[in-house]
Amino acid sequence: MKVLVTVKRVIDYNVKVRVKADHSDVDLANVKMAMNPFCEIAVEAAIRLKEAGIATEVVAVSVGSASCQEQLRTALALGADRAIQIDTPDNPESLEVAKLLAALIQAEQPSLVITGKQAIDTDNNQTGQMLAALLDWPQATFASAISLSGEQLEVTREVDGGLQTLSLSLPALVTTDLRLNEPRYASLPNIMKAKKKPLEVKTPAELGVSLKAHTRLIKVEAPAERQAGIKVDSVEALVDKLRNQARVI
Amino acid sequence: MRESMEFDVVIVGAGPAGLSAACRLMQQAAEAGQSLEVCVVEKGSEVGAHILSGAVFERRALEELFPDWQERGAPLNTAVTEDRLYLLRDEQQALRIPDALVPPSLHNPGNHVISLGNLVRWLGEQAEALGVQIFPGFAATEVLYHEDGRVKGVATGDMGVAADGSHKHGFTPGIELHARYTLFAEGCRGSLGKQLIQQFDLNAGADAQHYGLGIKELWDIDPALHQPGLVVHGSGWPLQGESGGFFLYHGDNHQVVVGLIVDLNYHNPHLSPFEAFQQLKQHPVLSAYLSGGKRLCYGARAIAKGGFNSLGKAGFPGGLLIGCESGTLNFAKIKGSHTAMKSGILAAETVFAALTQEASGTDLQADFSARFQASWLYQELYQARNFGPALHKLGSTLGGAFNLLEQRLVAGKWPLTLHDRQADHLQLQTLQESAPIRYPKPDGVLSFDRLSSVFLSNTNHEDNQPCHLKLADPDLPLQENLPLYDEPAQRYCPAGVYEVIRAEDNTPLRLQINSQNCVHCKTCDIKDPAQNITWTCPEGGGGPNYPNM
Repeated sequence: MKVLVTVKRVIDYNVKVRVKADHSDVDLANVKMAMNPFCEIAVEAAIRLKEAGIATEVVAVSVGSASCQEQLRTALALGADRAIQIDTPDNPESLEVAKLLAALIQAEQPSLVITGKQAIDTDNNQTGQMLAALLDWPQATFASAISLSGEQLEVTREVDGGLQTLSLSLPALVTTDLRLNEPRYASLPNIMKAKKKPLEVKTPAELGVSLKAHTRLIKVEAPAERQAGIKVDSVEALVDKLRNQARVI
Repeated sequence: MRESMEFDVVIVGAGPAGLSAACRLMQQAAEAGQSLEVCVVEKGSEVGAHILSGAVFERRALEELFPDWQERGAPLNTAVTEDRLYLLRDEQQALRIPDALVPPSLHNPGNHVISLGNLVRWLGEQAEALGVQIFPGFAATEVLYHEDGRVKGVATGDMGVAADGSHKHGFTPGIELHARYTLFAEGCRGSLGKQLIQQFDLNAGADAQHYGLGIKELWDIDPALHQPGLVVHGSGWPLQGESGGFFLYHGDNHQVVVGLIVDLNYHNPHLSPFEAFQQLKQHPVLSAYLSGGKRLCYGARAIAKGGFNSLGKAGFPGGLLIGCESGTLNFAKIKGSHTAMKSGILAAETVFAALTQEASGTDLQADFSARFQASWLYQELYQARNFGPALHKLGSTLGGAFNLLEQRLVAGKWPLTLHDRQADHLQLQTLQESAPIRYPKPDGVLSFDRLSSVFLSNTNHEDNQPCHLKLADPDLPLQENLPLYDEPAQRYCPAGVYEVIRAEDNTPLRLQINSQNCVHCKTCDIKDPAQNITWTCPEGGGGPNYPNM
């Protein structure tokens, strides 16, 4: 069984995000980039399926400029067998990414696609769902456990107030939640080996997809800074402030 | 049993020295038509993540390494346009030193204001293009030895060890990296270099190494106040009685870097380099530029500034110490990048010669020493040898005058050598001997507290891992340091790692080590009066994530 897993290059989760002075976007100059943590979980899930003898091949895919090859190499070092970069300008929209992936999936014919539930940069939480819809595949989002028996995939989802278990027939798409697994470290010998694993570059034209922007980023603003707290002398003063100033009671 | 990998040369640390050595090795191999396996391990999460420097950069070594550095796009974007030197007399007044009275070593025509972090990222790209294997996120934590005592390489740290020493899920053991030669380029006070200096007694005969703590911030300022290439230095207030100095450089993109270097031979245990720096920014000479600006990043790093007189032997069987690890910074110029790069280049030439004629049993130290003494690096450091000791022994006014005369009249080429042999940690006086220092509260505009500052270093350590700051005697901080010095680590640590606190009323005081805040500056390893603290490498990838610092 072939598993295709998606990988997005995003601002590293340790970096304090900063807005550009002209508010046109987040400032990414000189900023450390890394694999989206939910994608790391997706890669780990795919590798575990391979280690369990269920998956025979794990293909990692990223959409973006050549710089995302760095994250594909990380996926290869973690255990993916080969990688494909779909070469586009940085930050394509979710729908465009879904269309590109759908076209690639028609060619690659994987039985299972695993994506992160969302990327930590724009928090869209859309691509997996759109992709499943475009492919007309069953989807299970926010997976916290995956098991496979024969052609049936069983996925546990974390929902408000409990767990929901879905059964899907393959081919299917799963998006990962935080508790699905704890990703491994890439070992140094595996990072070296990853440099020699195949990494293919495809263009949108080769996939028969033309990119089109449906949305426009108008302005990015940093959240308002929290004001310093004050001390009040008495309960009465507190109640007064809560009622008349904060207007919360 | 750990896995092992074999290389011709392993380099610890992807800074200016390590990467210059890596590039020079591959260049020589290419010229000789040989293949060479060179690997660089770097504890930061990426190349440049732990690099922090002023920096005004002198191009000399870069031009030797890559004569076509401009075509290759080296990030030297801002030429120095003007130098200013100030003596701050108090919180308001300043004396601008006329150019004629500024020691020539502090003039910077032809130099560039750069981000060393960005330069090092560029050097990393050059090295990878030359075939060097760079592994960021892997900390070398152990020196490996052959049975005959020769250095055999290093081991990287285990990943996935819990605070109690047990193995977490995903535990990955470290790897042994074996090499014919190992170069240590960890920067000032490297944790493995410290062991090697002891093991091979490399500092025998040299003066004690001297250190400074550099604290730096990156600011976005009002474009109307920005003067690309303006270099401002100064000393005096608020460090009366202790030595040190500040810098403020205008780089590109309306950014300035501002910092304070406090010499770690300071005496007064009440001194807080962090708070002195925050206070310094209120001075009109600095606030003139910073007002209306926004602080983007914060960081700190110790520097080795002992210079020529503190240079020990670089070589030991199986390898060399290079760059700030061996103390090649030129304090008279307040520059260490070009000298670190040159020492890396010299080390690469030494090692390459040894690799190609190993049968003859080359003495690495002797060969390196000969190359070093024949180089401009030796001349430069020799001529600057009295600068630091003069300031330490004679004070900033008289010492400054001495330095001016020495540089102007004899260019350092006279037989007089001043020595400063006492180690910095021995200089601390007790509370009784010292006057208290009160620092103003941060205003949240120009000056800030420690925690909001550390936040801007983007530092992060995997939680639940063993504390990487080791105390030889866990009781010493409270039993000796507290009564004698009010535990100076609370103040010299620029990241708020050390706190003496009472958990609740009526419970005894205890020392809390917030190791996850650590920005890897190494000051605690240097300044603890009893040398009780040993800085070891935490799990690879941890520590600050500096952008263009």
